[in-house]
Amino acid sequence: MKREDILNGIKDRFEDSITEFSDRSKKRVYIDIDHKVIKDVIKYMIHDIGARFNIASGIDARTEMEILYHFTIERINIIISFRVRINRDKPEIDSITPLIKGAEWIEREMHELLGINFIGHPNLKKLLLSEDWPEGVYPLRADYKEWDKDAIRDRGVK
Amino acid sequence: MSRTVIPIGPYHPLQEEPEFFQLVCEGERIVDAFANVGYNHRGIEKLSELKTFDQSTFVVERICGICSTSHPLAYVYCIEDIFKEGDCVVPERALYIRTIVAELERIHSHLLWVGLAGHFLGYNTVYMWAWKQREEVLDMFEELTGNRNNYAMMKIGGVRRDFSDSSTAGVIKRLNTLMKFMKMIKKAFLDDPVLQARLKGIGVLTKQDCMDYGALGPTARASGLDIDVRRDDPYAAYDRVSWSVATQQDGDVFAKAVVRIMEIMEAINIVIQCFNQMPKGPIDANIKDVPVGEGIGHIEAPRGECFHYVRSDGTNRPVRHKVRAPTFMNLPTYKEALIGETISDATIILAGIDPCYCCTERVTIIDANNTKKRNIFSQQDLIKMSHAKTEEIRRRLKVK
Repeated sequence: MKREDILNGIKDRFEDSITEFSDRSKKRVYIDIDHKVIKDVIKYMIHDIGARFNIASGIDARTEMEILYHFTIERINIIISFRVRINRDKPEIDSITPLIKGAEWIEREMHELLGINFIGHPNLKKLLLSEDWPEGVYPLRADYKEWDKDAIRDRGVK
Repeated sequence: MSRTVIPIGPYHPLQEEPEFFQLVCEGERIVDAFANVGYNHRGIEKLSELKTFDQSTFVVERICGICSTSHPLAYVYCIEDIFKEGDCVVPERALYIRTIVAELERIHSHLLWVGLAGHFLGYNTVYMWAWKQREEVLDMFEELTGNRNNYAMMKIGGVRRDFSDSSTAGVIKRLNTLMKFMKMIKKAFLDDPVLQARLKGIGVLTKQDCMDYGALGPTARASGLDIDVRRDDPYAAYDRVSWSVATQQDGDVFAKAVVRIMEIMEAINIVIQCFNQMPKGPIDANIKDVPVGEGIGHIEAPRGECFHYVRSDGTNRPVRHKVRAPTFMNLPTYKEALIGETISDATIILAGIDPCYCCTERVTIIDANNTKKRNIFSQQDLIKMSHAKTEEIRRRLKVK
């Protein structure tokens, strides 16, 4: 399949759910999509197109939470990033770990660092932070303040 | 049969970095395994949000002591991706310098792995030999960049330092010597009956496992998954030199070793070609402001694809900087590789994916004049003794 065929295939398949389709450059495509269909998107990308799941990156955009799911298709040299936006006050989305084993760790990481809840994740424990890390404190959120205080105290500056 | 849980780590003599594994065993067989990571979590992604775009290049260089140029390289490609096409054109000479630094790093990183693999197997000869040659590569780095590690060569829009002609001549000479050594170690490592007995069929990772977990780099290539960012999405000067991707089909630790040894030899070829083709000219595009937008940079680090995502809001700091190191995808495959194997193979299977170790201590030099009474073996003597011992083992194990 050529580049156009793959992109048109995605457009046709998820016509109603795509809110923005940005063909940024030859090698990069960003697609804004409704978070409800994320599992179908992953299934389509992995099984029908044969793309490789790179990683997901969660971002606190202050008014909402964003997650980008990056996929590489080696044979046409392109990275397609699906962007979903979810409610920041109650960030919840379907887990994709049952579909791709490789997503287990990154979802655990986003859960502890950004406070996103992944529904249906088999093992949503802490990955990087210690077990006694306080509940409800998320270091990668934009309003996280504890870091600065601790850093100054650790250096012995009053 | 009753089950026993054997902990490895977080601090263990066989690990260079803190990681905690729990092996659930029935007798000698591993029936389940759990990993606990995060002991090295330093919050670099958060730290990077507090630094300017230029400073972040050096922050990410500190992520790993072994592949210290992979993260800055992925990062600068990521920032260059934010620019519109044609706004940030990296000069030709800088592309070659980036390639040379990245490939030399691959050589020293893989040599380090070959040495450690020997060490984990109790075959310390391989360890000493590989690390002796790795030392040569670090010296080359010192000659070219001024540093043995953390070279600080990458910069958005180019590189920070040029190579002098006098230093390149010396490096090419050293590389030719290294190639001779590699031919020898390839033969010594791959024909060795002990290593074959220990590594073949151990910790097998199938191609399907690699695809499920998104495994990368030599780990994936040893299982027949033919992916390599250098070829699939050519960056730097990889499309200007001729080279090939090394793959194996077996997926065991032996195949991983073969892939890495082939890659070292291929990397030496790439570096020599780059030195010969490198044009003269500027090394920096003099980029000033980073525009609004988002970018992705991915490069082939020694352990696999290194992936960076940065979002810029037009200020001098990134809003979000996501770093995905290759081990993040490779390490979860331990579940498939470990279960069903014996405890004695656990360490080499875990080492097989080359988890990122940070150990670059300098070697102590012992003055040979102070040990006059003892027999000092020359390199040739040692090779002879090593050959004799291999033959002896071959005879005893009755393999040809």
